[in-house]
Amino acid sequence: MQSFGYLDPADADAAIAAAAAPGGKFIAGGTDLMQLMKDDVEAPTRIVDVEKLPYGAIEANGSGLRLGALARMSDVAAHPAVQRDYPVIAQALLASASPQLRNMATMGGNMLQRTRCHYFRDTGFPCNKRNPGSGCPAIHGENRLLAILGGSEHCIATHPSDLAVALVALDTSVELQGVGGARRTVALGDFHRLPGDTPQIETVLQPGELITALVVPPSAAARRSAYLKVRDRASFEFALVSAAVALEMQGNTIADARIAMGGVGTKPWRLPAVEAALRGQAATPENFTAAAGLAVEGAMPAGKNDFKVKLMQRTLVRALSTVAA
Amino acid sequence: MDAIVGQPLDRVDGRLKVTGGARYAAEFPVPGVVHAVLVQSSVAAGEIVAIDTSAAEGMPGVLAVITPENAEKLQADKGGEQVVSRPTLQDMQVLYNGQHVAIVVADTLDRAQAAASALKLTYKQDEAVTTMDSALNTAYRPKHFRGGARSPDSNRGDADAAFDAAAVKVDATYRTPIEHHNPMEPHATIARWDGDRVTVWTATQGISGAQHTLATLFGIPPANVRVICPYVGGGFGCKGSTWPPATLTAMAARKVGRPVKLSLTRRQMFTSNGYRPRTVQKVKLAADAGGKLVAIRHDGMSQMSMPSLGEFAEPVGLATEMLYSCPNVAVTHRLVGVNAPLPTYMRAPGEASGVFALESAMDELAVALRIDPVELRLRNYADGDEHEDKPFSLKNLRECYRQGAEAFGWSQRNPAPRSMRDGRVLIGWGMATSTYPANRRPAEALVRLQADGSVVAGSGTQDLGTGTYTVMTQVIADELGVSPRRVRFVLGDSTLPPAPGSGGSTTVASVSPAVQAACAAARQKLFSLILADPQAAGLTSADLRLANGVVLAPARRFPLSQVLARAGLEYIEGRGKTEGPPGGHSLHSFGAQFAEVRVDPDLGEIRVSRYVGAFDAGRILNAKTGRSQLIGGITYGIGMALLEETATDAETGRYVNADLAEYLVPVHPDVPLIRTIFVAGEDPVLDPLGARGIGELPMVGVAPAIANAVYHATGVRVRDLPIRIEDVLG
Repeated sequence: MQSFGYLDPADADAAIAAAAAPGGKFIAGGTDLMQLMKDDVEAPTRIVDVEKLPYGAIEANGSGLRLGALARMSDVAAHPAVQRDYPVIAQALLASASPQLRNMATMGGNMLQRTRCHYFRDTGFPCNKRNPGSGCPAIHGENRLLAILGGSEHCIATHPSDLAVALVALDTSVELQGVGGARRTVALGDFHRLPGDTPQIETVLQPGELITALVVPPSAAARRSAYLKVRDRASFEFALVSAAVALEMQGNTIADARIAMGGVGTKPWRLPAVEAALRGQAATPENFTAAAGLAVEGAMPAGKNDFKVKLMQRTLVRALSTVAA
Repeated sequence: MDAIVGQPLDRVDGRLKVTGGARYAAEFPVPGVVHAVLVQSSVAAGEIVAIDTSAAEGMPGVLAVITPENAEKLQADKGGEQVVSRPTLQDMQVLYNGQHVAIVVADTLDRAQAAASALKLTYKQDEAVTTMDSALNTAYRPKHFRGGARSPDSNRGDADAAFDAAAVKVDATYRTPIEHHNPMEPHATIARWDGDRVTVWTATQGISGAQHTLATLFGIPPANVRVICPYVGGGFGCKGSTWPPATLTAMAARKVGRPVKLSLTRRQMFTSNGYRPRTVQKVKLAADAGGKLVAIRHDGMSQMSMPSLGEFAEPVGLATEMLYSCPNVAVTHRLVGVNAPLPTYMRAPGEASGVFALESAMDELAVALRIDPVELRLRNYADGDEHEDKPFSLKNLRECYRQGAEAFGWSQRNPAPRSMRDGRVLIGWGMATSTYPANRRPAEALVRLQADGSVVAGSGTQDLGTGTYTVMTQVIADELGVSPRRVRFVLGDSTLPPAPGSGGSTTVASVSPAVQAACAAARQKLFSLILADPQAAGLTSADLRLANGVVLAPARRFPLSQVLARAGLEYIEGRGKTEGPPGGHSLHSFGAQFAEVRVDPDLGEIRVSRYVGAFDAGRILNAKTGRSQLIGGITYGIGMALLEETATDAETGRYVNADLAEYLVPVHPDVPLIRTIFVAGEDPVLDPLGARGIGELPMVGVAPAIANAVYHATGVRVRDLPIRIEDVLG
């Protein structure tokens, strides 16, 4: 770990100004950043602790769910309104990490969690995301955990978050505050970027821009939702494949579907074509299987992750069957 | 008084451990200690052509930058216990990715780390061989198999001819991956020199081995090296040899003239102290129509480093030589050298990997013969060791099969694959045999019987967390008629009487007889003092009994305090010794493993849902620490079966998942309730107490029992570990 300065300003403008300067970096729960700093993957010269800022509230009412950026994963997972009206969020949280980590990690930090690609996390390897232009040995290397969708010839690193998959499915938007007090809102689906030829740029955040809240609109689909995570180890492992499925049912007919998947994409992977194919259809195994076929269109497996093409479809069919039942 | 040995006594060091009072190697407060950080190569093969230390040496607090250009010259170690034969930092050659190429010392850890990352090394890179499977055609015969004690090959009868002529055959290749020990406590050493004497606090499974190796490397007498290690936070084999980090710490301390501390990072643990090597094993089995084995052939290859680093051959075929009755058996062991660190022993070396292959093949044979897997093993039961042509000192394996099968409910098994379900979930039941040698090596112990009736005893052995402190306390309590609370057993210091390294499940059978003999010697001295006393007129030692600090005789009693006062002694000392193993018997422990798995037929997730292990391991000295060993070993086996694998980047030879986030070991929900059974039996041939070591036995056979259960659940035979989702996805 390299030496760094530490600031814990009490107001957002000061924090944003400090983080916007070169070498600045926000820290909240620190569950990912501390690891990355210890491994020299990230070496900020100044970390700006945002924990004193007033963004920790969880608000649920008729106009939706507002998760303050500093709300803890454990608190959100245990919130009665989240469990009742947005079960996919609670389930995604409880399938993440371990209780100790969930007690520290925050909503905003989770959106910015960095990939678990082995090659990214070991500075002994080249990596286009860590050191642009140095190359990507992962694509032809140990790629079992890597993405089959959304990759480029420069990077196929998987986005690791479970929570982001659930939130993307539910049309969540992200509230941002930038330098000089500028505020804007972006759809979470547009927040993460595909790697393309700039895999080092992972989000649309501007320098110093701070996530202040995640806002989830209410829906009938959100109330009938679930998160399914498939992995080798029964707990405390990132997803090989996961599915966030939210359905609005009218009898046995699917009135609305919101679907995103994890472990397969270079960003949380929304599946609009699958949703469209399911809308107005009967909830039958045949329709689920046909729709799941659309989910893997364009998949580019890299060898050791070939099985994800099949597993992704099966996971989606299982999640759809479970939620529709 | 009821025997203390055997009882489920709580660990005598338990309170210290859970309150943080147990001091591990890196925690000793040594005044003036400074900090070292290792620098490792980033290429797998080649030569260091330039080392620029200028930036690092100029940084604040830096005391030394030691590289092959300025490192102290060391003597090569030829010690028998060590697999590591090449001293470190002695030349510019690089033989694997992650090789130690420099050590940086500074007044604080942060400053040492900063300076280590400022070091600039330039390499001339050579082409590297990074994977075993691409180099199988270069396989060679080990030069020092089992320390040169035997040939890597063995033959009885004519296995090939019998195989060719047989009715029913299995011919398959099994593979096991590189695995790392990953003890909770990383390797750590503090070294302090006083003139030409050095004191080393180090995390080791063998203080004697460390003492002799360091003495040889630095060219000083063993008596000048003191090694201290009262607690080990897990070893599993990776702390068995004295690896370069310990040597480099001592070298650095000598160079800077101050005590130096080095603690490895988790990532460094993957390239600094060995691993279980990858194996590729071809097994051929043949039987007659009645299920009697007529031929066994087991050709094992294990991955090695480049040969100049040392030699470690995974002895995968040794169990195959003796586990079943069969007239025609052939076994070979070969090595495949790659640009990788030197492999080493890891919990149940040889048997864990080899029995996976053999017991998977036995399951395949049972399927081919349509014979129940337990019944097939009973039809081929070996009453004696047909390889060594000796009787077993103790073998209750038949009872293990019977009691294990009964506890598991094996008779309810439908033999057809995919026939047992719980709703949509596929259920599979599998079993395998376990075996591990029962070992003993020379050891010494010393016991002091004190005037107040308390006892201080010691031996230069180790407690890896397995319970050495506790069981030796129990042995002494029984021998000297004293409460365990009044016994203090010390270990982990090379100034104590010597004992062997704790590996190969040797500690209990080696040290407990020495402790018992030391107690007997002390007691005999005490009785002699009493019998010389006129008040004891007419008594013989057969009349005397020692209990709670008093020697009792018919109508007379002799308090220890008075006996010692009269003799002018502070304590009575006894010394005891164990020799190596007796020669007339084959010494092995056995067990039967039964696993149930649940497999999601669509998603491929495999979970172990029930487990029964029944073991024939002699007399159990402590029912609680003994059971903990079984649970721990079976859990280790679940990891081997389903999760553990160190992945290598084929391009660079660098391990890619060298941390505990990405190297998966079982967590609580991966481990079901484990039912353990100790089959009654004592082994007086190995140990007068009838005991045997049990550190490794319980993990042998777990992986094949699970693999066989996965086959039974899914119909898919997986011959490469670990078994993962993609293997059974269909």
